[in-house]
Amino acid sequence: MTQGSIDIANLQVDLGGRAALHEVSLSARPGEFICVLGPSGCGKSTLLGALAGHLDPSHGSIRVDGQPVQGPHPDRGLVFQQHTLFPWKKVIDNVAFGLKMKGVPRGERRQQARALLKLVGLEDYENSYPSQLSGGMQQRVEIARVLINHPRVLLMDEPFGALDAQTRLNMQELLLEVWARIRTTVIFITHDIDEALFLADRILVMSPRPGRIIDEIRLDFPRPRHAGLVTSLEFVRLKRHCLDLLHPRALPHKENHGITIPTAA
Amino acid sequence: MAATYKPERLLLRALSIAACVLAWQWASTSHVNLGLVTFNNVPSPKEVVAAAGELIQSPKLLTHLGASIYRVFAGYAAAAVLGIVLGLAIGRSRFLEDALLPPLEVLRPIPAVAWIPLAILMFPSSELSMVFITFIGALFPILLNTIHGVEGVDRRLIASARSLGSGAASVFTEVVLPAAAPSIVTGLSIGMGTAWFCLVTAEMISGQFGIGYYTWSSYIVQNYPEIIVGMLFIGVFGMGSSVLVRKAGNALMPWYFMGRKTS
Repeated sequence: MTQGSIDIANLQVDLGGRAALHEVSLSARPGEFICVLGPSGCGKSTLLGALAGHLDPSHGSIRVDGQPVQGPHPDRGLVFQQHTLFPWKKVIDNVAFGLKMKGVPRGERRQQARALLKLVGLEDYENSYPSQLSGGMQQRVEIARVLINHPRVLLMDEPFGALDAQTRLNMQELLLEVWARIRTTVIFITHDIDEALFLADRILVMSPRPGRIIDEIRLDFPRPRHAGLVTSLEFVRLKRHCLDLLHPRALPHKENHGITIPTAA
Repeated sequence: MAATYKPERLLLRALSIAACVLAWQWASTSHVNLGLVTFNNVPSPKEVVAAAGELIQSPKLLTHLGASIYRVFAGYAAAAVLGIVLGLAIGRSRFLEDALLPPLEVLRPIPAVAWIPLAILMFPSSELSMVFITFIGALFPILLNTIHGVEGVDRRLIASARSLGSGAASVFTEVVLPAAAPSIVTGLSIGMGTAWFCLVTAEMISGQFGIGYYTWSSYIVQNYPEIIVGMLFIGVFGMGSSVLVRKAGNALMPWYFMGRKTS
């Protein structure tokens, strides 16, 4: 897929009269997996809200494939930490919702929805209601619902933040599997260093509010990645680096602060 | 919703009702006078049962019930339509809230029963004035619950729908309406109860026929057992139609029930 490039230039977003984001610039190649890592309240979600088109920039510009972002669009799929499935729709109709909005006939949209449910491993739950599913399953439905629109960009706001550790790990692997097939550009917000290191091609580290990007880390871990990666030496070294950036006072030795560290290829 | 009890609990509950009926029987037959309240003119359960049997077999019953049910449903239907439409509009638009809600807020604290004299003056027939009283009684619970339901819609669901390609019209039909539905059903169910309450009062004052009129005229003509028969019919039909509304609502919202059971 050649679609899904993102260009954000000097973006500032004000919330309640105060800057939540300050001079943020980033660009993403089509199909790139970018994690934005930062402490709570640093404006990560604001960045995503602006990309989704739910928040208007005060300064700067956001372009996806050269087009300025103006309001929400199914090309930019959004997944929140707490699922936003419609409780009154069965799982399959939740997934098919985007196609319904496009006017696709019921039979055809259900067929496509079934294929996506299979992709996330929930083909047996199409007639359940969201409240009957576990938290991890709800997020899988949420991801399937967004993917049915073939978004150029997948925007994920701590999508696994509310899940227990084991489920989170499974979901991360599942997301990578799905992404390997569809290759959409992903902007994934998290405050979990392990998660960012495990998932991303590139990590952008943000400062506390007003959020700025203070570091960029390229990750060359081979794909497909598996849970064992998190114990590798390189992973641990990068984790220490991120900890150092996010909690500068917690560690006595501040090394390489603000310097991009490429992983040994 | 319906709780199932063990047999011994059911038995206890049945005994409790039986004890009350027995106490009533004793108090009415021995003409207990407690000073503040007297059972001197209170008919006994036996007399009430006999009067009820008589009413059920007479054609009067259908006339009275038919008149009441017609009035309740006419007023209630109008209140449901207007309450839901206004509630949705007010809940969705700040302009309409400011334009429409203030006069309604002024009228809301006035009990429907207080409208009776004015209603008699305003409407050409007493039939219409009684329908109007039930309408007023049902309107506010339906209206307020609808507004509450619409304003309580999770904004994230709306944001999500917009991200998935919904325009304003689809957001309304696909998100706002179903999300507000449980609250609307609650309003409809409460409104049904108040509609009966208001109707019975209106019938006592300005009715010909109707179960409220029957109860009041029984007092006037000193058929005391029939007063209680009328009371019982009012209770059964008021509660029955409220339950029907709730059941119908729940049947339309299986997801709502499910969510409450599991979480």
